[in-house]
Amino acid sequence: MNELRDLYQEVILDHNHRPRNFRQVAPATHHAKGFNPLCGDQVEIWLNIQDGIIKDIGFTGKGCAISTASASLMTEALRGKSVKEALELFETVRTLATTDIPPMNAAGKLSVLAGVRQFPTRVKCATLPWHTLTAALKEQEKTISTEEE
Amino acid sequence: MSSFMVKREENESVQFPVTQIRKDFPILDTEIHGRKLVYLDNAATTQKPVAVLNALAWYYQHDNANVHRGVHTLSEQATRAFEAARETVRHFIGAGHAQEIIFVRSTTEAINLVAQSFARPRLGPGDEILITEMEHHSNIVPWQMIRDQTGATLRVVPINNKGELLMDVFEQMVSSRTRLVAITQVSNALGTLNPLREIIHKAKSHGATVLVDGAQAVAHLPVNVRDLDCDFYAFSGHKLYGPTGIGILYGRADLLESMPPWQGGGDMIRSVTFEHTEYNDIPYKFEAGTPDIAGAIGLAAAIHYLESLNLVQVHAHEQALLSYATEKLSGLPNLRIIGEAPRKSSLISFVVDGIHPHDIGTILDTQGIAIRTGHHCAMPIMNHYGVAATARASFALYNTMEEIDVLESGLLEVMKWFKK
Ligand SMILES: Cc1ncc(COP(=O)(O)O)c(C=O)c1O
Repeated sequence: MNELRDLYQEVILDHNHRPRNFRQVAPATHHAKGFNPLCGDQVEIWLNIQDGIIKDIGFTGKGCAISTASASLMTEALRGKSVKEALELFETVRTLATTDIPPMNAAGKLSVLAGVRQFPTRVKCATLPWHTLTAALKEQEKTISTEEE
Repeated sequence: MSSFMVKREENESVQFPVTQIRKDFPILDTEIHGRKLVYLDNAATTQKPVAVLNALAWYYQHDNANVHRGVHTLSEQATRAFEAARETVRHFIGAGHAQEIIFVRSTTEAINLVAQSFARPRLGPGDEILITEMEHHSNIVPWQMIRDQTGATLRVVPINNKGELLMDVFEQMVSSRTRLVAITQVSNALGTLNPLREIIHKAKSHGATVLVDGAQAVAHLPVNVRDLDCDFYAFSGHKLYGPTGIGILYGRADLLESMPPWQGGGDMIRSVTFEHTEYNDIPYKFEAGTPDIAGAIGLAAAIHYLESLNLVQVHAHEQALLSYATEKLSGLPNLRIIGEAPRKSSLISFVVDGIHPHDIGTILDTQGIAIRTGHHCAMPIMNHYGVAATARASFALYNTMEEIDVLESGLLEVMKWFKK
């Protein structure tokens, strides 16, 4: 089935199998927990931000292939980026995961996340790490949930 | 276990007319992603036979009126059908009197009714409510609310790794402080069938009242509330081949009589002045407002349908499905069954090393196979096994051995995707 091939692309399977930056960041200046009550998945994002630049980023938790790969790809994409760029990238990911409109900015490797579009029940898996990231950036300590969108 | 092992060949000689039965469920002909639907999410909700669909349509086309309120013919017909449904339910679960059958929205609402109307006025500090580690959230949260509202203590009977209740621990925990034992008959996340008779006997010997969550039981095995000797029994129509939106609370008449109403409104009163309201008799005291009349009638149709198939035979068929599926799934690499009690209802929870249940669910869905993935509203159980979620295949009377073969090949396909 082609839709499945779009969803479980090599890059996704690889990042699920060998997640990058799967660790706590110490010391972390920013941190948040995300939770998807539908499946019980949890992700924690850890950041070290200096002068508005993401010096280090990692994640921990338990999730499906899509949320794990999304978190892994996110940490790879964001290291060295500014907070502003990170938020822009979140918009890009949200656009490509939920709409057919081409995103304003180039998504690069993150474009593999577009495969979830054909699986409405899985969109939240892809966006959970990103919602958690924004919570961390806004320094919300409360666990954020995919059901609060 | 081995006594349950039925080979597919042997089972097919058992006379359960499943091919015929499948024709009663129009939705089973549906195609999903170009594949024949294989519906294995029956513990979440069951599909509905034509008999139920027709009963709903007939009611709205021929009998629709409000109940207990009119002298006109239709109101009389609707009332008669509604009360006949109550009698059908009474007979189905072996209750002594139709007035012990209360129509509610669901299992959840039935449990909340008992919590708020029975437990809340009676319990206080020093009193204990006993539940088990394998309860559905709907048999946990209402009791946490009662704990917070009354100062009573909520205690949890643990399970072992097979998913069985630790009966010796239960026996130590139950005491004269135990006012209420609220327990599921069948675990929706593990399939475990609890030794209710023994539990109820023990609880009663200490003077405790017992509520049984029958949501996962009534569609799969014969239930008799007087035989069980429970005080309350709750279940939902939609897991019993009936409509959503209708559920049942059975309560012993003397207990129901002693309980204050839960909600106020029409139908639950005898007379109202602004100074004083006199409540109606049971069961009406607990049925404020216009009930789900069609739902009750649909539920009765579902029960008649199930009774026509004979629950003993249904149970045997489903146990054969369970044995066959257990054998098949156990043979798959890296697959671990969660819940291996010797006495189980027809569902299998499982995890596969390195593959998240969500991904299993998505890939199976593309092959037309519907299973449940997630925490099954039983997060404490997930914690017990150290998993965030499981995949669950749950079987009903219309499922076949072939469908289990399809599930097996579907799972092999899933494993191919995640081969390292
Ligand atoms: C054991 C058990 N109890 C209670 C419930 C709640 O049923 P309902 O959602 O119909 O109220 C369920 C359904 O998921 C269940 O499996």
